[in-house]
Amino acid sequence: MSKTLFDKIWDAHVVSTVENGPTQLYIDRHFCHEVTSPQAFNGLRARGLKVFRPELTTMTADHNTPTIDQDKPVKDPISRNQLDTFAKNAAEFNMPLYYPLGHDKNGVVHIIGPENGFTQPGMTIVCGDSHTSTHGAFGTIAFGIGTSEVEMVLATQCVLQTRPKTMRINYNGKLGPGVSAKDLALYTISKLTTGGATGYFVEYAGEAIRNMTMEERMTVCNLSIEMGARGGMIAPDETTFNYVKGREFAPKGAEWDEKLAYWKTLKSDKGAKFDLELDFDAADIQPMITYGTNPGMGMGIQESIPTLDQIDEAGRISFQKSLDYMGFQPGEQLLGKQIDYVFLGSCTNGRIEDFRIFANYVKGKKKADNVVVWLVPGSWGVEKQIREEGLLDIFTQAGFLLRQPGCSACLAMNDDKVPAGKYAVSTSNRNFEGRQGPGARTILAGPLVAAAAAITGKITDPRV
Amino acid sequence: MEKFVTLTSTVVPLPIENVDTDQIIPARFLKATNKEGFGDNLFADWRYNKDGSPKADFVLNNPVYGGNILVAGKNFGSGSSREHAAWAIDGYGFKVVVSSFFADIFKNNALNNGVLPVVVSAEFLAEIFDGANKDPKLTLTVDLENQTIKNNANGKSESFEINSYKKECLLKGLDDIDYLLSKRELIEAYEASRK
Ligand code: SF4
Repeated sequence: MSKTLFDKIWDAHVVSTVENGPTQLYIDRHFCHEVTSPQAFNGLRARGLKVFRPELTTMTADHNTPTIDQDKPVKDPISRNQLDTFAKNAAEFNMPLYYPLGHDKNGVVHIIGPENGFTQPGMTIVCGDSHTSTHGAFGTIAFGIGTSEVEMVLATQCVLQTRPKTMRINYNGKLGPGVSAKDLALYTISKLTTGGATGYFVEYAGEAIRNMTMEERMTVCNLSIEMGARGGMIAPDETTFNYVKGREFAPKGAEWDEKLAYWKTLKSDKGAKFDLELDFDAADIQPMITYGTNPGMGMGIQESIPTLDQIDEAGRISFQKSLDYMGFQPGEQLLGKQIDYVFLGSCTNGRIEDFRIFANYVKGKKKADNVVVWLVPGSWGVEKQIREEGLLDIFTQAGFLLRQPGCSACLAMNDDKVPAGKYAVSTSNRNFEGRQGPGARTILAGPLVAAAAAITGKITDPRV
Repeated sequence: MEKFVTLTSTVVPLPIENVDTDQIIPARFLKATNKEGFGDNLFADWRYNKDGSPKADFVLNNPVYGGNILVAGKNFGSGSSREHAAWAIDGYGFKVVVSSFFADIFKNNALNNGVLPVVVSAEFLAEIFDGANKDPKLTLTVDLENQTIKNNANGKSESFEINSYKKECLLKGLDDIDYLLSKRELIEAYEASRK
């Protein structure tokens, strides 16, 4: 029988099926960070349990960490306690893969996973973070879980999951110049809405996806959750294998050959049935920005915000509330609008290619005086590359500072908060009310639109 | 986990769509290392002014509304996987959340904490909002065994979906982890089969 990519990986990980209930799924790799894990370790302690397979969990501190002076003690005592608790749990439970602040493998969990070769095709991957979908770019089943489930994985290396429906989205043709993976994702979410893929696992396919680098594919899969999908995935190909090969935790020698032969079978068979299949033309996609308070409220950078009569009646209160929060009017065009902050970073756009795009645009130009710009690499690995490739010099000459790795203004748990009422063009993934600080107004965009905003101080189409 | 069988209660109506987990519990409150106290910060940015005083126009601060059932607009709980959202809802005292649509991860997290998400039709939801607007004493009855929810103001009732395994867990107060721990041999056999 023809199987989808999803079916192949799922079926290979079924330990048992609960009658009329969920599937007990084996997890190959668990990523763990300081914010959603302490209560899970407490749970183990309360039950007197050990971690079942410590070598299958990778731990990094990223969410609640400063992006300057990481070598000094963390100032906020509550944050410091959370980091100390993380360290204590790693030690007490003998966790071998623990990367605290300052470690050369430390960084945003979804960046260090692929970077170090932990993420490999065909795996099941979970983390107490919804953007775990990022790892789907390698042809994995990767999804976010809650803390109770973190505890289950630590205790048994399994979770109970209901089998989701499958969806395939095909992008035909090529993306236009100046249009990025982020734009493709924001475009898709704007078409499907934030709940449009709820209950589904999405496979991204088509020429525009095949042409993407691994980093671009990660950006696309990362945003799957923003349309409600359980996760997103892309069939592995030569691009994938070349990326994985030689990374520290990737298979080597004979094991590599054996794995590679298996990985090559990981694609949806001809005639495989999806519960839903959608098609988009890549050429229709423009550089995108969001205008509202969820990632589905996006539009082409040249377009105008919808007017009230374009919104269905039940949604009008929420739509208006959202625009009031943003300080925008229905029907308004945002091009040329003054902004205050720019954030380049996060697991969506905090990889080296994002910094290259940004650097390429700002090279020889000067930062606008009215904007504060946070350049936050996704990991120390990315930070090192920025230096080695000479991007740091470009940033410095253009008037930018490079910060230290972490989630930073993506969720603003640390001091990187956008003040109330201020506009931030952000390469992160969520423009929810208060996401980047109480009262902060977030405009999501790709790295190129962010670079143009950093130079002009306004919402600017980078192509013109 | 606490058992859940039936509940009759007044409701707290929140007729807003796409209530995301950053609204339910903003990230700056996620620094705790235990599960207690999140209820105090449920919907913090809608509920309190900057100086910590309550915002009079938010429903949780409106003394005419109360009870153990939160009723919210469609696509409740989208966004982050933070279980803190479920802890905040549970901590505040809600045992049931009613909406016409829930985000997946939130639904799981709620169930894992003994909070029952009940999906109703858009029409049924609109009638609760309407009814509660006219009479804050409106009550709903949620019966898990029979999988029904009744609007006691107009007498209408609907059935709701829940998989039978999760239903059993809630009725008996059992956690998933108890189930998984009982399958240790199967897990080891699975691992051996892959070597
Ligand atoms: S960068 Fe943002 S979305 Fe990514 S893991 Fe960190 S907080 Fe989550």
